[in-house]
Amino acid sequence: MITMHPSFEMLRPGKKFPTVWCPGCGHGIVQGAIIRAVQKLGIPRDQMVMVSGIGCSSRMPVYVDFNSLHTAHGRAIAFATGVKLHNPKLHVIVITGDGDALAIGGNHFIHAARRNVELTVILLNNNIYGMTGGQYSPTTPIGKRASTAPYGTAERDFDPCALAVAAGAVFAARGTVFGVVELEKMIQQALAKRGFALVEALSPCPTLYGRLNREGNAVKMIQWQKENTINAKAAAKLPPEKTAGKIITGVFHDAEVTPYTEVYQGIIDKAQGQKQ
Amino acid sequence: MMAGITKIDLARTGNEAMAYAMKQVNPDVVAAYPITPATEIVQLFAQYVADGEVDTEYVPVESEHSAMSACIGSSAAGARTMTGTSSQGLALMYEMCYIAAGLRLPIVMADVNRALSAPINIHCDHSDTMGMRDAGWIHIFSENAQEAYDNMLQAVRIAEHESVRLPVLVTTDGFIISHGMERVATLPDDEVKKFIGPFKPGTMLLDVAKPITVGALNFTDFYFEHRRALVDAQAASVAVIKQVGREFGQKYGTAYDCIEPYQLADAEYAIVALGSTCGTAKVVIDQLRAGGVKAGMLKIRVFRPFPAAEIAAALAGKKSVAVLDRSDVLGGFGGPVFTEVRSALYQKPNAPLLADYIYGLGGREIDMEMIGSVFAQLQDGTAKPDSVQYLGVRD
Ligand SMILES: Cc1ncc(C[n+]2csc(CCOP(=O)(O)OP(=O)(O)O)c2C)c(N)n1
Ligand code: SF4
Repeated sequence: MITMHPSFEMLRPGKKFPTVWCPGCGHGIVQGAIIRAVQKLGIPRDQMVMVSGIGCSSRMPVYVDFNSLHTAHGRAIAFATGVKLHNPKLHVIVITGDGDALAIGGNHFIHAARRNVELTVILLNNNIYGMTGGQYSPTTPIGKRASTAPYGTAERDFDPCALAVAAGAVFAARGTVFGVVELEKMIQQALAKRGFALVEALSPCPTLYGRLNREGNAVKMIQWQKENTINAKAAAKLPPEKTAGKIITGVFHDAEVTPYTEVYQGIIDKAQGQKQ
Repeated sequence: MMAGITKIDLARTGNEAMAYAMKQVNPDVVAAYPITPATEIVQLFAQYVADGEVDTEYVPVESEHSAMSACIGSSAAGARTMTGTSSQGLALMYEMCYIAAGLRLPIVMADVNRALSAPINIHCDHSDTMGMRDAGWIHIFSENAQEAYDNMLQAVRIAEHESVRLPVLVTTDGFIISHGMERVATLPDDEVKKFIGPFKPGTMLLDVAKPITVGALNFTDFYFEHRRALVDAQAASVAVIKQVGREFGQKYGTAYDCIEPYQLADAEYAIVALGSTCGTAKVVIDQLRAGGVKAGMLKIRVFRPFPAAEIAAALAGKKSVAVLDRSDVLGGFGGPVFTEVRSALYQKPNAPLLADYIYGLGGREIDMEMIGSVFAQLQDGTAKPDSVQYLGVRD
């Protein structure tokens, strides 16, 4: 008997599949995790808005059957802020790449976190500009190769979670496509959060980052995630030498702060004299 | 061509040709951010930098706005500065581009023409650089990869000329030229070096003996004079563009001017076009001529400063002329080339009937048949004066 894939109901009908993503690209795995998280929370599709910038990752709203806005490079968070302010009842997910969110769109990222706008930002971090051919990004680790750094970069990289927390985000977590079950839970938590919530999903780009840095095929890169990441809780119990050089995953920050739309509504009410 | 100069013929894409020109110019600073279809230019250049083939400081910034800002800083400091971009990237630079011109900084920028969002598209039209019409930059279109290479070298001379000192934009058509591979003849490195000469900045920030402020506030007192000086610099650039184009021809065999007539002198019907479409049109014109139709073309190479008088003179006496516009002035009256050509012809004796055809937006194909149909409409009278039609669009 032919049964429908459970994600199918969330995919855009009539859209040509497979996606533009290269075989082995992590972005599709993240998409699957987002769909399952939305399904588990039981949020109707019509209350979901997916806003993206430009990049391989930002192609996601073309496939997922939510209300969607595919905007300009780096500006997704600004567009999404507009959507959320107009209708705070909507669940607004921002799909963005490391270049989109932190290079050209870095300003929007920190200011939306500072304002605590209720957005679920899924940052698909592949440590490179995938779409334009592998230029280094603000998350390319120092010394790694990119098409603009054939002998390795000289620049230090951002820690997106730390940046978000420092800027005022109420939730920040890092997951991997290897640990997709954990990633899915993080996305669920982030979606349930009222405030600026970031999930950084480490998503391998075998075509560019992998090739340029000789990291092997997609399987090897995902295997690498398994071997080189440690969950924050486990890491806390280990001596520093055991965690040195590893990437820490998990939920780093989970706070309750009155969200922006609520503060904003309060001011409207006050101005209109409805409340004291 | 002068004896003793051996050109190297190689198959290159437009992007490779432009990157190679930049390598030979060996600027002091390149600041850039990648964008399709111009990425290759700056990426190839990054490789030249990494391999030590140029002395350039390469600044891979975090957006085009920063790219042009860094270029302004370096140019104001007295460094020979270049960059490259396309479409949304150029649009993000607009704010800074006005400043680059206002500060009279001789930055040379390669732009690969691409449509603007929305909807997002990566293919060719001229909307992106038409947004630079009023920015104060000199604006040169290329018909093919060879011209792109030649234009880049000439751009450096034009921009830096002491009576000009303006930024120059050199463009190619996205994918059609940028990614099409053609035979391109390049000059030897030392010849390029001789042709462009050393950079002599006018005033610069790094002259410690003579400290200056760049970009100081002008209110009602001086702003107008500064803007007027820009107008004068644009006007002065005409002679320089012509002289540099002539010299290029004397030295290397192909001369350049602001406009290029093709079979125009005795033509009764003509088109006006920019960029790669001119190459296609030349074939159509040859065919029409073989069939006895007096067809011709006026190619505009330099769009800024707009060669109005030359265009009016070249088109005088034609029966009818069609302007092919690869971008539109939304809410205006015809495309940007049309509106300017029509202004150039206004109140001129023997001005021809002028019609506009908007074509090729977002990379929509323009083929010989379509150009042939424009000539047919010019001949049979379907092309009405001042009519604006859309070629190859579904209603
Ligand atoms: C203003 C502007 N500049 C540059 C580009 C070209 N561009 C498109 S996507 C991209 C980078 C994408 O990298 P990232 O955000 O990390 O996403 P990925 O493709 O790796 O998923 C760039 C530079 C653009 N579309 N608009
Ligand atoms: S280039 Fe990289 S990021 Fe883009 S689809 Fe391919 S693997 Fe994914």
